Amino acid sequence: MISLTSETRTPYHSWRAGPKLAAMCLFTLGFFFVDSAIWAALVLVFVAGLYLLGGMRFAREGLRNLRPMLWICGLIFGWHLYRGEPLPGFIAVAKLTVAVSLANLVTMTTQLAALLEVLERAMKRIGISAALRGRVALAIALVIRFIPVLGEKGGYLAQAWRARSPKRAGWRLFFPFALIAIDDAEQVADAIRARGGVTEAE
Amino acid sequence: MERNITLIALFAALIAALAMLPKFMLASGVPITAQSLGIMLAGTLLGPKRGALAVLLYLGLAAVGLPILAGGKGGLAPFMGITAGYLAGFVAAAFVAGLLAQKWREKGGAILPALAAFIGGIVVLHAFGIVGMAAYADVSLAAASVWAVPFLIGDAIKAVLAGLITQAVMRARPGLAKA
Repeated sequence: MISLTSETRTPYHSWRAGPKLAAMCLFTLGFFFVDSAIWAALVLVFVAGLYLLGGMRFAREGLRNLRPMLWICGLIFGWHLYRGEPLPGFIAVAKLTVAVSLANLVTMTTQLAALLEVLERAMKRIGISAALRGRVALAIALVIRFIPVLGEKGGYLAQAWRARSPKRAGWRLFFPFALIAIDDAEQVADAIRARGGVTEAE
Repeated sequence: MERNITLIALFAALIAALAMLPKFMLASGVPITAQSLGIMLAGTLLGPKRGALAVLLYLGLAAVGLPILAGGKGGLAPFMGITAGYLAGFVAAAFVAGLLAQKWREKGGAILPALAAFIGGIVVLHAFGIVGMAAYADVSLAAASVWAVPFLIGDAIKAVLAGLITQAVMRARPGLAKA
């Protein structure tokens, strides 16, 4: 399955996922209380610098991921400008940009497996039993199995509709699609049960 | 137990599959997709607990980096941005839709599950989304509510569809409601 980790190697790729996540959360939380436009601008430059440290190619890739935010930032700044509050508008946009950019930086430089490991460790630390953690791991594996299967079955349904009708299928396919998916899930459950089933949580 | 896990996983995958259907963007940059139809269905078909768990699993996988949110987005960024309120609201939306649908299940028909989807998937979801937008954009709740208005027509259509699909599926697979 496609993940969002960047192929361009940066120094951040070798950092451990847990501390990277903790640093992002603390920095974003701290920045949320900043009310000075100068500090907001400085932090924005700092975050841009973090991307540039990974090289121009990496920075461009990061910028491409952040492009959909442009409309939102424009809308927020435009709203504040309309109300005659350009500075609060700039600070709000800076906070949003910094929070999203840092989160994107963590996603781009951390493997899916490393983040899943953090999740597993976090569940262990808060006292979730091994049996329950095993069920979560099974559910994750099943979702990754179901997504392409659903896409394939939806495709077959659409083909079958097109072969029989000149009209667009649209929402009419939702019902048979849901039934096929539910029946598939029931069969998978039977197969898991036939192989010994899952361990009951204490 | 196995059945519950597979159904929760299935609905997490179903929401992801619906989120990937063709979309169009609003001026605010928020994509309109069938993702929220998936959230409503998770609640109305699976009930409150399993529905909310399916949504939680979907969000967890998106957060660790699978591009399964609307518009092919994923990773931690959407959880830190203006849509964070909506993402948090997904869990509550599925739970409330499921709770109401379960309560009204005996009465049958498509209207009550559609109403459950409407209350969970529109009223509850937008309450979370609007508070999130207001907090992130530093605007009033009234202003953020105006930004949410363009969603409402599409969402109302999805609630009606969720009611019709729930009625049809429950008639075909009545055992689905049993945990």
